[in-house]
Amino acid sequence: MAAVIVDARNLLCPMPVIRTQDAVVKLQPGDSIKVLCTDPGVLHDIPAWCRVHGHEISNIEEHEHEITITVRVGQSG
Amino acid sequence: MTRQAKAVALISGGLDSLLAARVVMEQGVHVEGINFYTGFCIEGHTHAIRKKDRQRPKRNNALWSAEQLGIRLHIVDIIEEYQDVVINPKHGYGSNLNPCLDCKVFMVNKAREWIDANGFDFIITGEVIGQRPMSQRKDTLPVIARDSGAGERLVRPLCARNLPATLPEKEGWLDRERLYGFNGRSRKPQMALAKAFGFEDYAQPAGGCCFLTDKQYSLKLADLWRTRGRREYDLDDIMLLKVGRHLRPRAHFKIIVGREEGENRFLEGYRKRFISMIPTSHTGPLVLIDGEVGPGDIELAARLTARFSQGRDAALVTVEVRQTDGMTQSLDVIPVPSEEIPGDWYV
Repeated sequence: MAAVIVDARNLLCPMPVIRTQDAVVKLQPGDSIKVLCTDPGVLHDIPAWCRVHGHEISNIEEHEHEITITVRVGQSG
Repeated sequence: MTRQAKAVALISGGLDSLLAARVVMEQGVHVEGINFYTGFCIEGHTHAIRKKDRQRPKRNNALWSAEQLGIRLHIVDIIEEYQDVVINPKHGYGSNLNPCLDCKVFMVNKAREWIDANGFDFIITGEVIGQRPMSQRKDTLPVIARDSGAGERLVRPLCARNLPATLPEKEGWLDRERLYGFNGRSRKPQMALAKAFGFEDYAQPAGGCCFLTDKQYSLKLADLWRTRGRREYDLDDIMLLKVGRHLRPRAHFKIIVGREEGENRFLEGYRKRFISMIPTSHTGPLVLIDGEVGPGDIELAARLTARFSQGRDAALVTVEVRQTDGMTQSLDVIPVPSEEIPGDWYV
């Protein structure tokens, strides 16, 4: 299944976290979600949110001022 | 076997809510956190828009608290519903546009809805009698419990022994003797408790956790309402009030001037919503124009843009003006001398 994409560009934290959270609720354990962001705060916050909810960061890519974080949904998703 | 009681703790990211949750967890209650995002929350990241602030550690303190506690944290976007709290506070404002008492009632009410929907038993807050002048007084704490509808399901573990017993104490889910009786503005009891729990590096916001307690921010919001002729806002409005210099040279428009690279980059994201300007002959800021403008206004805004560029002392500065549809034009303008910018143009 292709990863769900959440566009959180130009949003400041915690909005990218909230968008991620709202998307993950609709997914099943094992699904993936790609979050497109521009706020560098996501490099800390989305991994922190994943840790407290039992999800996994499978990839982080940074290209110029854009950050793409791939989250794999854990059992609590 | 009795079931484990379940509570949701309002987690702001500050010390008091961290401690309050921990005190209840110590008694074997299952605790999860909830954090409400109003749009006015002071986040390290908002400051970190500015490049010079990027060396500061960036973290969401509510998430940090949840990690320290080992609990789940539900972050809830209440931006839209919260407008009514800011615009029509039943209990009025504090010293600025901060509707602290209505805010607390609103958040506890949202938490009450959440526990009802999720099968939780009670709500925890980090409130302490006398800690804050508006929302944390002996006479206002009962108002929050009553107006939120939470009633006896609202527990303030840090000052519970100064208050009537709540439902969790009556049900035996919480031992009142293991709750606390803090009061007043002193932070020493909280700091001692933090030390006892082994919490270090917790957030200690000097001016609270909300931009509405900030005088300059409140003045900008009041200006926005006054000049639009109506008290309303959206998320972009309130984010932009946190960024850049704001100058209102005419009643019908203002300019937002990026102060450095990080702010310029942030303002870039709004070029499809606002007419924007940037000097092309000299290094300078990205400027947004908020309002309905005519040709004379555009020229004035361009001259102000030139004033904040490296060409402020040049005879002419070329400024690119970009419409919201992407159409551009170049203007050669004379920078406004600083002495010709009245102080009251600065919002």
